[in-house]
Amino acid sequence: MEQSLAIQISDLTVAYQEKAVLWDIDLDVPQGILMAIVGPNGAGKTTLLKAALGLLPIAAGQVAIFGKPYKEQRGLVSYVPQRGSVDWDFPTSVLDVVMMGNYGKLGWVRRPGAAERRAAEAALDKVGMSEYAQRQISQLSGGQQQRTFLARALVQDAQIYFMDEPFQGVDATTERAIVELLKELRASGKTVLAVHHDLQTVPEYFDWVTLLNIRRIASGPVDEVFTEDNLRATYGGRVSLLSSAPRKEAA
Amino acid sequence: MNLWELLASLVNDHTVRTVALGTAGLGAVSGVLGAFAVLRRQSLLGDALSHAALPGVALAYMLTASKTPLVLMLGAGFTGFLAIGLFFIITRHTRIKEDASLGIVLSTFFGVGLLLLTYLQRNPDARQAGLNSFLFGQAAALLTRDLVTIAIFGGLALLVVFILWKEFKLLSFDRDFGSSLGFPMPGLDLLLTSLLVVVIVLGLQAVGVVLMSAMIVAPGAAARQWTDDLARMALLAAFFGALAGVSGALISSLGSGLSTGPVIVLCASAIVLVSLLLAPNRGLAWNAWRNWRSRSRLRGEAVLLDLYRMGAQHEDALQPHPVSALEAVSGARATQRSLQNLLARGLVQPGKNNWWALTEQGLAEAQRMEAALAADRDEQ
Repeated sequence: MEQSLAIQISDLTVAYQEKAVLWDIDLDVPQGILMAIVGPNGAGKTTLLKAALGLLPIAAGQVAIFGKPYKEQRGLVSYVPQRGSVDWDFPTSVLDVVMMGNYGKLGWVRRPGAAERRAAEAALDKVGMSEYAQRQISQLSGGQQQRTFLARALVQDAQIYFMDEPFQGVDATTERAIVELLKELRASGKTVLAVHHDLQTVPEYFDWVTLLNIRRIASGPVDEVFTEDNLRATYGGRVSLLSSAPRKEAA
Repeated sequence: MNLWELLASLVNDHTVRTVALGTAGLGAVSGVLGAFAVLRRQSLLGDALSHAALPGVALAYMLTASKTPLVLMLGAGFTGFLAIGLFFIITRHTRIKEDASLGIVLSTFFGVGLLLLTYLQRNPDARQAGLNSFLFGQAAALLTRDLVTIAIFGGLALLVVFILWKEFKLLSFDRDFGSSLGFPMPGLDLLLTSLLVVVIVLGLQAVGVVLMSAMIVAPGAAARQWTDDLARMALLAAFFGALAGVSGALISSLGSGLSTGPVIVLCASAIVLVSLLLAPNRGLAWNAWRNWRSRSRLRGEAVLLDLYRMGAQHEDALQPHPVSALEAVSGARATQRSLQNLLARGLVQPGKNNWWALTEQGLAEAQRMEAALAADRDEQ
């Protein structure tokens, strides 16, 4: 059962002006799994991703990607920010956004060329967006925006994917397409960490789950830790949420 | 002086040529940097930075007693950077939001600047008259050496933007993603903002601290209306900036002591106004026309569907129905106009006494629409 650890987070604490938003998080993520990060609003899900990626100053703790600090492993990691975090009225095309996935490998000053363009087109094809390549990004639906972001991540050809709410505001077709994509990634040995909101679909879409509410409540395979007790500990007394969470029927 | 003579003076009159070249170069550079400022929602930052330059001008004069533009510009640049630093400190270490801290920085620095200017004004030394022109700009005073300054520093700023184009685009569109790739976004942010300060300082002499922010915002905002591509937007903003600069300089050269700054800014505003109204896709006129089009198309589809659903209650789907029945559903005027549109598309045909029926083509179209509606309902 010994698997290599894709991500190892230990004692991670993040604070905004004295207030801890993440407290003493330990998290071991084995390679080749799809892990959902769930928890109520303000639980620190996005903060966890950003802190692991070094986008936020951390008060204490360490993050290791395949045993080394993130700074040395950037090429292995891809980040898919929340769809709403960018201005979709920015004057650029779908293809151009996807090409940004190449920027890390290109490094300073070098511009993307024909090879990068082909990689971007292939990624767009993979998410079913080929015909939208030249489309201005403001004309995209929510699902198409999300597919564009995923295509950009695919271009990075990473080992680990950090995704912030990849299913937020997408239509049913896109949701199915994204799930397929995630499973393909897992099949090729990639690791995916995704902030997720819909408790109902956790067992169906993911095989591992982390329950988070400032502290790590539980983390592990879905059929072990996605229990009513853990959910209650994570979400407090909000029973309406809990009663809809499936757990009784073992798959 | 007619328009032709005015344009001829661009070539023949040394003063007019110098001023026009200076303001054109200035407009072009501020247009490019302004395009980024507009996209990064930093219009207000441009305003704060230009106001923050005023105390620098006064201080530089007090310290050196020199009226050399380069010295005064260095002073302006210094307080400009000071203002950026203060702005970053306030937003990072207090709970004051960005717009409020910009307001604080702007008013504090501008207040100090005005205070120093009025103090200098009491000074019998008449040279302070030159300082006052920094408030509203005096492009007519531009000399050849100022052109050289604008060309060198403006050129350098544009060169940096060109070299770091990809990085600045990433910064403007998706900063967090850029950081995750390993680009030092705070450093790039500071660099781009510093270039903005350089441009503002270059423009102070010609346009003045009060209106310089318009030269930053207007060309970029106008250019955004016409294109959906960042590179084209930057080029267009440069063109609009230059156009505003030249036309403003020419108009104010007509005499009667018009400050160049306000005239240039009015020219830029005219470009913005035209762009807001007329640009394809984003312009107001275009929007109004598109709304009208889609409304009449939707009305037409509604009438077609009404006709189809009435027919569905009979065995003959193509059976004619009285127009009064349709009008009862959609209203009289809308129905008549929609029927004429549908007739033109060959989807309906008139019978006697203003009865209307679907054509075969109209029936197929209505069935297609009905199926699409049903699919939408399933999707939800």
